[in-house]
Amino acid sequence: MTEILRVEHLKKSYDGFLAVNDVSFSVAKGELKALIGPNGAGKSTCFNMLMGQLKPTAGTVWLDDKKITGLRPREIWRRGVGRTFQITGTYPSMTVIENVQMALMSHHRKLYAIAPRAWRLYRDEAFEFLKTVEMEDQADRPCSVLAYGDLKRLELAIALCHRPRLLLMDEPTAGMAPSARIALMQLVADIVRVQGVSVLFTEHDMDVVFAHSHHIMVLNRGELITEGSAEEVRNDARVQEVYLGGGTLFAEAQNA
Amino acid sequence: MAFFFAQFLTGLANAAALFLVASGLSLIFGVTRIVNFAHGSFYMLGAFVGVTLMDVLPGAVGFWGAIILTGLAVGAIGAFVEMVVLRPIYRAPELFQLVATFGVILVIQDLALMIWGAEDRLGPRAPGLRGVWRIFGEPVPKYDIILIAITPFILFALWYLITRTRVGVLVRAATQDREMVGALGVNQARLFTGVFALGSALAGWGGALQLPKGGADLLMDFNIIGAVFVVVVIGGMGSLPGAFIAAVLISVLSVFGVTYLPQSTLVLMFVVMAIVLIVRPYGLLGREEVAGEHGQVGAPETPIRPYGRTGKLLVAGLLALLAALPLFAEQFVLTLTVDMIVFALFAASLHFILGTGGLVSFGHAAFFGGGAYAAALLVFHTDTRMELAFLFAPFAAGLLALGIGWFCIRLTGVYFAMLTLAFSQLVWSLAFQWRDVTRGDDGLVNIWPAEWLNSPAAYYYFTLALGVGGILFLRHVIHAPFGYALRAGRDSPRQAEATGIDVKRIQYAAFALAGAMAGLAGGIFVFSKGSVFPTELEIGASFDALIVVFLGGVKTLAGGVVGAGFMTLVEDWLTRLEYWRLLLGLLIIAVVIIAPEGIVGSLRSLWTRIRGTESEVTK
Ligand SMILES: Nc1ncnc2c1ncn2[C@@H]1O[C@H](COP(=O)(O)OP(=O)(O)OP(=O)(O)O)[C@@H](O)[C@H]1O
Ligand SMILES: [Mg+2]
Repeated sequence: MTEILRVEHLKKSYDGFLAVNDVSFSVAKGELKALIGPNGAGKSTCFNMLMGQLKPTAGTVWLDDKKITGLRPREIWRRGVGRTFQITGTYPSMTVIENVQMALMSHHRKLYAIAPRAWRLYRDEAFEFLKTVEMEDQADRPCSVLAYGDLKRLELAIALCHRPRLLLMDEPTAGMAPSARIALMQLVADIVRVQGVSVLFTEHDMDVVFAHSHHIMVLNRGELITEGSAEEVRNDARVQEVYLGGGTLFAEAQNA
Repeated sequence: MAFFFAQFLTGLANAAALFLVASGLSLIFGVTRIVNFAHGSFYMLGAFVGVTLMDVLPGAVGFWGAIILTGLAVGAIGAFVEMVVLRPIYRAPELFQLVATFGVILVIQDLALMIWGAEDRLGPRAPGLRGVWRIFGEPVPKYDIILIAITPFILFALWYLITRTRVGVLVRAATQDREMVGALGVNQARLFTGVFALGSALAGWGGALQLPKGGADLLMDFNIIGAVFVVVVIGGMGSLPGAFIAAVLISVLSVFGVTYLPQSTLVLMFVVMAIVLIVRPYGLLGREEVAGEHGQVGAPETPIRPYGRTGKLLVAGLLALLAALPLFAEQFVLTLTVDMIVFALFAASLHFILGTGGLVSFGHAAFFGGGAYAAALLVFHTDTRMELAFLFAPFAAGLLALGIGWFCIRLTGVYFAMLTLAFSQLVWSLAFQWRDVTRGDDGLVNIWPAEWLNSPAAYYYFTLALGVGGILFLRHVIHAPFGYALRAGRDSPRQAEATGIDVKRIQYAAFALAGAMAGLAGGIFVFSKGSVFPTELEIGASFDALIVVFLGGVKTLAGGVVGAGFMTLVEDWLTRLEYWRLLLGLLIIAVVIIAPEGIVGSLRSLWTRIRGTESEVTK
């Protein structure tokens, strides 16, 4: 398998505190990979360094063998990386579909246009993306009234707009009902399968993680402690220790 | 060399009052995050109260006693203002608090006029310190030396208060993390009131201390506020040592400026500030300001829509009425309507950058006045044809906005606001002091329109076409991808950047466009009045526009336009009264507290409530 993303010795220090410490891994094309770990492990910090929101203290990020460390988020986005945030960032003064249209306007490089009416542009295309995340019936609602889970799905639709090759998702199912979580991850898995997108995601819900990821990495206190298949990770003693010092956390998942 | 040193001492002495006022502003901002525009007014109050007390209290004890009492009195006034005006609106967006403090300025101006009259007061000399001391043979006023000696004590006292006392610990904690103070179980309201009182007292002391050098007059408030903001911005918002260093720097520089470059005293200050900010965007000792939380008033902003049938009919009806106006209205109505349209376009251009862009500019008058001056200068010096000179107005204002924006757009929140203010003051001081070119406060006169426009009706239609055209153009842009991108950058810069939008560049372009449109308004203005004066560039002019946008409602373009119409009418009516500032100030404060969504916003909320939740039901 060829890899799309490679991370080497990534490090982030806040006044001496190492939020991310010497993390190296790679994501292969078409892979659905999970990055898990307890609260404060450094997952979001990692994501922010991959997409350029944060500057790493040290380390390199390669996208298709091109170095992208130090680039701005918008430049990395133009190279085909999309992301969703742990705390959603949408445009509350726009409707749901306009949120998607906005990303499409950016993708089609229409940001400086002053002649066309924005709400007419790429409406059909945006509608298709909303359908993908099953939000089409809410297309014309103001984004500010959406439930949190719906905001997460809207963010996914936005992130899909420029047909990314790599998708980074920070806790994509937080705030959703259990059934909705499975459905959303099924959808992501379908996108991976059909479009060949690679996905790196973080998640606290182990059902979701074990059901959908091809490969799991475990981060603790800024360091990668292990990685492997669901089975391997589940039975890893260090992982069990990290998660409350026992195997109880995975009991459900094993029974499921 | 001796002369040089004496000059330096004068500068240091001048720094005393400036530092006191600036440290008060800095303190208030640090803790409450309120940019207190009324701070200059507290300084002015300090001067007047001081003069009055010094008249009553005799001798040296009376003099110094009066100064101390003045600070206490002004501090009490500050506490009162904080409790009545600001406390109800702490949760509102920054703009509301600013506008409220501007209302306070107007109220204090008129109250001072009522109590102390329009005449300037000479400050009494300090008893026992009337003469000069000779230092290296140069005469230095004794009082200056005393001031220089006092200032370090004031700095030390403040430093001690902030770093060594329990109150100071709380203040510092609040400066760094406001939520935490609440969590510590401290009464936040009392802390804020106390800090506001202390800051006001410092301004009051500043006003009283400078009495023997400057006296008291009714223009003091605006005269000092520019310098105070420059000091606070250079030093870094919220930093006391920074304010001290900057106050000394600015005061010493302006003393030397008066001697060696007398035409540039006002400009010099802003040039220094620009240089400092290029090197250190957050001031000498300031820290990066995390953009203020964008508090929302009432319901979140609703998505914009093209006008429905009712809206279109309303606009068409209004336009038809305006077009037919010359057929029946008297000339003064036409003049008033021209003023209204000019102001509406100016306000709309400010709304574009402030409402749609989320960038609160305090210096928008630079572009309005800049456009007016650009056209007037061409006509005045080169006899350019009116049509050409008129076109030059928006063009020059747009260029000016590109220049100013290059510095300002990098900053956010309060820093952005302060810097735009400072640059507009720079433009103003150019117009005011570069007499060879601008004729200073004599203004540029005889700037009349071309022959074919030289009748009231003709110029009225010209204004109608370009003014209303300009507003509609701005509206169109807001609804175009560019306007959407601007809004996206305001709503969620993080998401915008993560989907390929260069937020700063969009804002830069929008800033330039807003500047050009303000310049267009300035162009229409100058040919309708036939003259232009530096007043069009004053802080007050920028604030008129801010108030109008805010009165009408920040959330819709119609807000600014309606607000401008309302304001023109109200001012036309109010200014006939003697104490119109007082009334206007009270009106502004009332609107801030009672109807924070503005006229259009409140009407819309009312309308939605009357229609009930019908639109939600159809979903
Ligand atoms: N700006 C910052 N300054 C100092 N420390 C920070 C900063 N941002 C994050 N941290 C610390 O870095 C560590 C990693 O944070 P991060 O948000 O990456 O964790 P996470 O794995 O995403 O956790 P969660 O599951 O709660 O989202 C935490 O201990 C956090 O307190
Ligand atoms: Mg996280």
